Amino acid sequence: MNYEPARSRGSPDVAANALMQQERRTGAIRIANVLKIYGSEAAGVRAVDDCTFDVPAGKITVVVGPSGCGKTTLLNAIAGFHSISSGTIHLDDSLLCGPGRLKADPGPDRIVVFQNGSLFPWKTIVENVAFGPIVQGRLTRKTAIEKARFMLAESGLHNLESNYPGEISSGMRRRVEIARALMNDPKVLLLDEPYRALDSLTKSVMHEALLETFDRNQVTIFFITHDLEEAIFLGHRVVIMTTRPCRPKKIVSVDIPHPRDYSVLTAKRFREYLDETVEAVHQEALKAFDAGERER
Amino acid sequence: MATIGAFTQRAAQLLVSVKFWRGTIAVVAFILVWEIASRTGLSQVPAPSGVVFTFNDLMRDPSYWFSWYLSVRRVFLGFLAAMLLGIPLGLGMAVSRTFSGIVFPVFEVLRPIPPLAWVPAAIIFWPTQELSIMFVTFLGAFYTVVINVIGGAQTIDVRYYQAARSMGSSGWDIFRRIILPATIPSIVVGATVGIGIAWAVVVAAEMISGGGSAGSMGGAKGGGLGFFIWNSYVGGSYTQIVVGMISIGIAGYISSALLRKLGELVTPWLRDQ
Repeated sequence: MNYEPARSRGSPDVAANALMQQERRTGAIRIANVLKIYGSEAAGVRAVDDCTFDVPAGKITVVVGPSGCGKTTLLNAIAGFHSISSGTIHLDDSLLCGPGRLKADPGPDRIVVFQNGSLFPWKTIVENVAFGPIVQGRLTRKTAIEKARFMLAESGLHNLESNYPGEISSGMRRRVEIARALMNDPKVLLLDEPYRALDSLTKSVMHEALLETFDRNQVTIFFITHDLEEAIFLGHRVVIMTTRPCRPKKIVSVDIPHPRDYSVLTAKRFREYLDETVEAVHQEALKAFDAGERER
Repeated sequence: MATIGAFTQRAAQLLVSVKFWRGTIAVVAFILVWEIASRTGLSQVPAPSGVVFTFNDLMRDPSYWFSWYLSVRRVFLGFLAAMLLGIPLGLGMAVSRTFSGIVFPVFEVLRPIPPLAWVPAAIIFWPTQELSIMFVTFLGAFYTVVINVIGGAQTIDVRYYQAARSMGSSGWDIFRRIILPATIPSIVVGATVGIGIAWAVVVAAEMISGGGSAGSMGGAKGGGLGFFIWNSYVGGSYTQIVVGMISIGIAGYISSALLRKLGELVTPWLRDQ
């Protein structure tokens, strides 16, 4: 399986192959030498330091790291919510942020699904989902609502259309939010620990729903978590981060074919990947813990 | 039909609930104690039976209703002005740092001055007494409305802005589709509290200013409910004082209830929570 065009630039035919893939699928993110310092250059906190890795188009890349390691900083830089201090981030061939333009513009090609959800409580589910195309002026309100209905039906959420977000469960809210994101035909979905607050049973249902959505849309997914099992179960590619400052410590390609389902969790391959990575994650967690102790 | 069924069902539930009977018995006991205290001379407050009697007479007295009309009009217009000015001002301060930098200090200097302290100044500055009373009523509601709007707009979760922005919202979209609806619950709270203060203020303002020019209805009973109470006191009809007090209680209750209902209508997403 050749799903890593970035690594195989060497030979011409593989490069051509990769080019074809890129034409078909957009949404590759290239993060190069990104540095982010909060506060002053000298005394500030280095949240991200010399961080370089690729997020291949049409794949799920999961970033794993201890809480507070700077993963979200990276995601915010891609989304255009915060600036970086130096380095570059490209989306396909266009520069998102880099020298001369340290903060990207937020845009509907990169939609974030937040940790605690951000559905607008004052809009019904269907209005929430229709929001993007309406404000972008891409669709009339009527067409947008129709498309939103279709989108919700596709995710099996049609019976929630006229509810308000406060009336449905948090798991359902997260699924609606992903539907809302997909309404914008984004190149990349940025998920910031979206299932963190859910119990493990709901979480497993969410995972399967996300994978099913991915199989249907093949949209690039950039997923942040601190849960290693979740990372390996979902990801084509798992990037394990060091604790602050954040940079890749170990990158693993998970060679378990998609579509995946929950039987993967008990597969031998899955366990091997887990064994291979758990040590790296544990080391960083310890470092983060020690650092936390010292700060106090 | 369905609503009538639901209503009778709710009434039936009420009749068997302990809470309902506890409340009813408490109110009845209160009135009973009051009656006994008045009759035995323990208290100078007129007995409830006398109050009911006077109330019954006043119901047929147009000048009593004219007092209602005057007070309601003052509260309503003052409150309306407070909403019309207070909501945009509060939103403006929440949205623009420059605007709030200019306006907020002035606002904060004026805010601690109790509305009633304005009464003499208002009488001097405004051409008619009617306008002075309305102005004081306006002040009573205004500060509460503004403070609530600012508070509501400033505590909007940053994720809503980020989500809206990332889905391609313009500044105007964000104002119209995020800030405005997110602030409505605070506006409703500010309005409900504000109208309560407006009632408190109007009564006092009417007492102090002598009720204003009562117009064609003329004289003693035509100056609003506050003046009605004061005038009853001066005239020595103590049962009327109590009727006036109860009238204001009723007026305040109705205004708050109406605003709450209106609030529920404009915030349908909070209904089931």
